[in-house]
Amino acid sequence: MKKDIILAGVGGQGILTIATILGTAAIKRGMNLKQAEVHGMSQRGGDVQSHLRLSDDPIWSDLIPYGSADMILSVEPLEALRYLPYLKEDGWIISNSTPFKNIPNYPPEEEIYREIKKIPNYVLFDADTLANAQKANRSMNIVVLGAAITHLGFSQEEIEEAIKAIFAPKGEAIVEANLRALLAGIETK
Amino acid sequence: MPKLMLLGDEALAQGALDAGISGFYGYPGTPSTEIIEYAQKSKQAAENNIHRTWSSNEKTALEAALGMSASGKRAMVTMKHVGLNVAADPLMNSAITGASGGLIIAVADDPSMHSSQNEQDSRYYGNFAMIPVLEPGNQQECYDMAFYGFELSEKYHIPVLLRLTTRLAHSRSGIVTKEPIPQNEMRKPEDMFQFMLLPAIARKKYQHHLELQKDFMRESLNSPFNAYKTEASSKKLGIITTGLAYNYLREAFKGEEIPYPVLKIGQYPLPEKQIHQLYDSCDELLVIEEGMPVVEEQLKGLAFPGLKPIHGRLDGYLPRTGELNPNLVAKAFSLPDTIGRPVPEIVVGRPPALCVGCPHSDTFLSLNEVMAEYGRGHVFSDIGCYTLGFMPPYNSINSCVDMGASITMAKGASDSGLFPAVAVIGDSTFCHSGITGLLDCIYDKANVMIVILDNATTAMTGGQNYTGYGKLEDICLGLGVEKEHIRIFVPLKKNYPEITQIYKEELAYNGVSVVIARRECIQTLKKKNKMETVE
Repeated sequence: MKKDIILAGVGGQGILTIATILGTAAIKRGMNLKQAEVHGMSQRGGDVQSHLRLSDDPIWSDLIPYGSADMILSVEPLEALRYLPYLKEDGWIISNSTPFKNIPNYPPEEEIYREIKKIPNYVLFDADTLANAQKANRSMNIVVLGAAITHLGFSQEEIEEAIKAIFAPKGEAIVEANLRALLAGIETK
Repeated sequence: MPKLMLLGDEALAQGALDAGISGFYGYPGTPSTEIIEYAQKSKQAAENNIHRTWSSNEKTALEAALGMSASGKRAMVTMKHVGLNVAADPLMNSAITGASGGLIIAVADDPSMHSSQNEQDSRYYGNFAMIPVLEPGNQQECYDMAFYGFELSEKYHIPVLLRLTTRLAHSRSGIVTKEPIPQNEMRKPEDMFQFMLLPAIARKKYQHHLELQKDFMRESLNSPFNAYKTEASSKKLGIITTGLAYNYLREAFKGEEIPYPVLKIGQYPLPEKQIHQLYDSCDELLVIEEGMPVVEEQLKGLAFPGLKPIHGRLDGYLPRTGELNPNLVAKAFSLPDTIGRPVPEIVVGRPPALCVGCPHSDTFLSLNEVMAEYGRGHVFSDIGCYTLGFMPPYNSINSCVDMGASITMAKGASDSGLFPAVAVIGDSTFCHSGITGLLDCIYDKANVMIVILDNATTAMTGGQNYTGYGKLEDICLGLGVEKEHIRIFVPLKKNYPEITQIYKEELAYNGVSVVIARRECIQTLKKKNKMETVE
């Protein structure tokens, strides 16, 4: 298996946590992994992305070449569009539809949605509301991850196991909230 | 043993810990910060009592590391590329004194300027100082080069420069670790002349340094990090890659065998013999390197007529500036480019901005009220989160050059008659390089107002401690700022009347004023509150 994933969002929205969960599950399978992160000035409310590459074969570049990502996994709809040049022809966009508006010229949501819907394979849904419904307000990122895992070839159990391992130090309540968030995402069609 | 998933920075730190390091020194700077942060979080480092606190700046850090090396122990100093400018003095001179215990100068370059003022290439400094340079191509090499670098350093008593770049520093992958080895014993230098660069001694030592060059060359030729693949189906082109550029080459050819001879460089000086072999056996050369065209320039020298074509960043085969990626490398071979859909026109930029609730925001907005009557061009600033005060809605500052330059540029402007001349500098930046500039101001009784943004941390790089924390007033008093002209306020909206009054009074004072805007960084505060809830 080989999966190249662009994780997108705004600094502080939790895309690195998604990367850590997917990475943990991939390593458990014995896959190779490279994950390029963004640190520094861009993290201050700017757009951030992470290139996550998982493969059974050796991985060379830390960066995903243009036109070859299997998925753009975005916790914010405008950010999902920013990385379209990386997406391959039959790649998927999985994106939260709730905008994060910290710029004065944020485009109208309807226009953003229209652009996302031009991509043949997409899942666009309100992950914020689903997270809140699960009383897991801070786990919107995990809801988005939930919607992606079957497209990435991971099982619910594999991801649950990774979540338990990663969030265990933060206590049972946080683990449970994230597991509920994951399930809410998985059930999204 | 299970693989550790580490950033390039972290892999280097873990490698140094396993290779018996006794001390890390450095000043935070993207993309190098995580080397020391990793050591600070490491249980292994704590158990072995490894030095790993931050230094005031890169110069003090390199000097301390040199002192540890002089005492026989292994030391590493870490910084970003522009930090090496600050540490250039001890760099150039430690090349002549040499080292005793292994000394690695780890510098992380930032091509494409993701978080920097420029994209200078530290390999030029390596050539300038004539010391061996290591350039890892992946996370495993980051780990392995810590061992190798210390050994090389001790073998020739020479500091070794290790150059990282953003993509490797901040990319994570699995690494295999080795059995840790113990630290060196402390020992005084055997040669009392070694660190004495009096001219008569320095001349001899410089001669010795020149003689070492052939040894460094031989080490490069036999280096496990340099590889020369001679078998090739075509000799039309010979390829030289450095550091992680090799990965982009392999990616561009989709992991298939490269049809041309390839010389992969991870250690400098360049192995001349292999370069000549490659040049002689191929029609043309292509140099693929991350950063500036250091190798390409070296190969080209003066472009004598009749020279075989050497391609790279200087002739447009690759872009002159910015980071490489697999697509750019594929294009250099005229391989079919892959590109997805274009970015829709509605997508607008989302530049970084000060956080909601950031204390700098109130400091700038209140300063704007007072400065409005003078127009723009009076506020010199510095390197940190507050550089974002240049952006709307603030538009408060008009310079960002190098660490500490706010104070000294304001002074120079004031010397030339500008009034008012204001400097805005962060607390950590002030302790890094602002203090000596303030002393200049006091010496000349310059008419400047210096605003120190005291958010109790080095915020831009993620909230590191700094050496002068809690001592700002004492430092200013000690340097000679008059007590009544050291003013402190809490940057909050409700205090604007008080704050603007302070600004006005200090602008009216013909001399050195220091105004301290004191409120903790909202990010470190959040982190602390979170920790308390978890506990």
